Amino acid sequence: MSMVPEYGQLALIISLFVAGLQFIVPAVGLRLKSEWIMAYARPLAIAQATFLIISLIILGYGFVHDDFSISYIANNSNTQLPYFFKISAIWGAHEGSLLLWIAMLGAWGMAVAMFSRSLPLEMIARVLSILGLVSVGFILFIVETSNPFARSLPNIPLEGADLNPLLQDFGLIIHPPMLYMGYVGLSVAFAFAMAALIEGRLDAAWARWTRPWTTAAWVFLTLGIALGSWWAYYELGWGGWWFWDPVENASLMPWLVATALMHSLAVTEKRGLFKSWTVLLAIFAFSLSLLGTFLVRSGVLTSVHAFASDPERGVFILGLLVFWVGGSLLVYAVKAHNVTSFGRYKWLSRETFILFNNLLLVVACLAVLLGTLYPLIIDFAGLGKISVGPSWFNTMFNPVVVLLAIVLPFGAMANWKSDEFARLAKANIIAITIALIIGLSASSMMAGEFNWQVVLGVTVGTWVIAGSLADMWKKSRGQLNRIPKLNRSYQGMILAHIGVGISIVGVVMVSHYSIEKAVRMSAGSEAVLGDYRFELVKFGHIEGPNYISDAAEVDIFKEDKHIKTLVPEKRRYNASGQVMTEAALQVNLWRDLYVSLGDKLPDGSWGVRLQVKPYMRWVWLGAIFMSLGGLLAIMDKRYRRKKAVVKATA
Amino acid sequence: MLVQRKKKLWLILFLVASVSTAVGLLMYSLSQNINLFMSPTQFANGEVPVGQTVRAGGLVEPGSVYRDEEGLGMRFTVADGRAELVIHYEGMLPDLFREGQGIVALGQLREDGTFMASEVLAKHDENYMPPEIQDALDKAHNDGKEALKSARY
Repeated sequence: MSMVPEYGQLALIISLFVAGLQFIVPAVGLRLKSEWIMAYARPLAIAQATFLIISLIILGYGFVHDDFSISYIANNSNTQLPYFFKISAIWGAHEGSLLLWIAMLGAWGMAVAMFSRSLPLEMIARVLSILGLVSVGFILFIVETSNPFARSLPNIPLEGADLNPLLQDFGLIIHPPMLYMGYVGLSVAFAFAMAALIEGRLDAAWARWTRPWTTAAWVFLTLGIALGSWWAYYELGWGGWWFWDPVENASLMPWLVATALMHSLAVTEKRGLFKSWTVLLAIFAFSLSLLGTFLVRSGVLTSVHAFASDPERGVFILGLLVFWVGGSLLVYAVKAHNVTSFGRYKWLSRETFILFNNLLLVVACLAVLLGTLYPLIIDFAGLGKISVGPSWFNTMFNPVVVLLAIVLPFGAMANWKSDEFARLAKANIIAITIALIIGLSASSMMAGEFNWQVVLGVTVGTWVIAGSLADMWKKSRGQLNRIPKLNRSYQGMILAHIGVGISIVGVVMVSHYSIEKAVRMSAGSEAVLGDYRFELVKFGHIEGPNYISDAAEVDIFKEDKHIKTLVPEKRRYNASGQVMTEAALQVNLWRDLYVSLGDKLPDGSWGVRLQVKPYMRWVWLGAIFMSLGGLLAIMDKRYRRKKAVVKATA
Repeated sequence: MLVQRKKKLWLILFLVASVSTAVGLLMYSLSQNINLFMSPTQFANGEVPVGQTVRAGGLVEPGSVYRDEEGLGMRFTVADGRAELVIHYEGMLPDLFREGQGIVALGQLREDGTFMASEVLAKHDENYMPPEIQDALDKAHNDGKEALKSARY
């Protein structure tokens, strides 16, 4: 038996001590006003991250070498598992995903230490000290309650129980790391906000330092959420792409607040306003990502009673949550009165529009929060078992999104301080007209029947796209070759806003015009759905590396033209005996064709689910645009100015 | 009062008013939009109004699954140890639906005392028991014990 896992455990414990030092040493340096002590913050942050990453790599080594003496690996891997799934199995369950979580927390700290040479040493010492304390809490949590290196001695299993088949998929290799990067990245924005609050320098320079970090976290979060939705869509086998499930909501809430934070930071940087509000948003964003961790990791969602009977993990995270939310709000209460915002603005100005944006996003987040916690509270109070259905979330969420979309292009275009209504209206008359035409024709184009929700949704979605393009057209004075010369953060904003429009159009179309049919099919039978004819050619078997599946061959025709042959499967995994539906898809920009197998019926025929989903890709394409927009914004020149310049403008 | 301060006051009042209205509306509509979970015992006791959308569930009785000769219609019986409920459903079943497994179905009670499901859920884990059903089983079990006790004395 190898000793390697013990080194993983050791690295984890060393990282705990290093994180402790990262918290204490810079704090002492700040107290003594000693620059050379403060300077230890950077190397300590880098060391902490290094030990965590070593620990993560050692766990991965265990997976690749099928070291089933480690319980976590025995429970989540198998010798038959393909090697790339062995790697992704590292974060396939609770313990390992937490290890990934804290390794990323460390990595963000390391990135701050390495890429913030222009920041004053005091600021960086404070930020890294706070991040160190965040790490201490979480590393303690994993060491105390969720050790991924725990051995299953003396009875070492010969074979592992295998990774949950649902997670044996490309989407799940990359979805959790992206999402965690986003979650954890918000702690950087939080640390910056707290450091500035404590130091009493919530100024434009602070906002400028924070913005790229916040945007980076937001980009990861956006991609993570979109990947999760995409994965659920094709992997769960029935074509749903958003369920308003508590686990999804847990990631959506920080995203909504982080979006608000990005915008409010813009006001703080450019105009020196909304300072204390920005700090509050940073606190909320971080708190919500902790709340998400609590909801997902404590088992409270499965049952509050299960949580109450084995509360160790839940109580620990709840403790962290209370400590951070309570502590940061306390600091806020003590320090916020020092924060003053100067500068005036008229009712019609970019400031007001961004205020609206923030208000709407916070209300949307509040709605999601209530809907998510309500069943837990009712259950906890012993008032019964209830669930809040998707229809409630849709009724609450969609009007807010429509309002957001309506004000969005105006806000992006309006001048700071004050603007004229007539100017904004005149500049957008063409965009509004185009949006109305497309919106009105969308409804009649698809089914012929007038549907006001479609008209409204597509109109506002198109308006966001057209309004953004109109503004860029104006800023580049109608010359395409000027567009690349506009500054990066402006280009990024336009791209991200266009992404919002694309997603809205996609969501509206796919929600209203998806058609589906569950039919009983035998070899040689056919079914018609919309413009498409599905012909079941034959049934067969496929043997995979660690599963055997029943498969069907389905030919799809449109107006007698053969489009594609799809092969949906029903897999049975060897190790666990678990059955999984593997849907088959044919996609293009305008629609997805989706075929999945249900049950085998006694007479040898199968239940088959056929779906046509118009504009499905737009939902995720929009998210990709938003992320690219965020990336462009981070690359803006002004974030890379040298120290001297930053000081001069501060 | 300074113009600046007055403006700020109005802004704060506006914010407080809109947030509290929003929360009020949210809470109200929440109370209108929840789906209660009902156990077979509760159905048997007549606690479930006909036509209201609720979630029903229990363990699928072995040997109770009957499929139609054509199409995807079917019926099966769920039980919680004290009572049984017949569920009608047409469509695709989740991967983990099988006899003896705990399931939850969303739908309405019909006049004839059977349940018409529009959706059947079984969670994606072999050993997972939907918490509602565990709860219902425990209750039925305890009630049984109580009944036994009172019968003895």
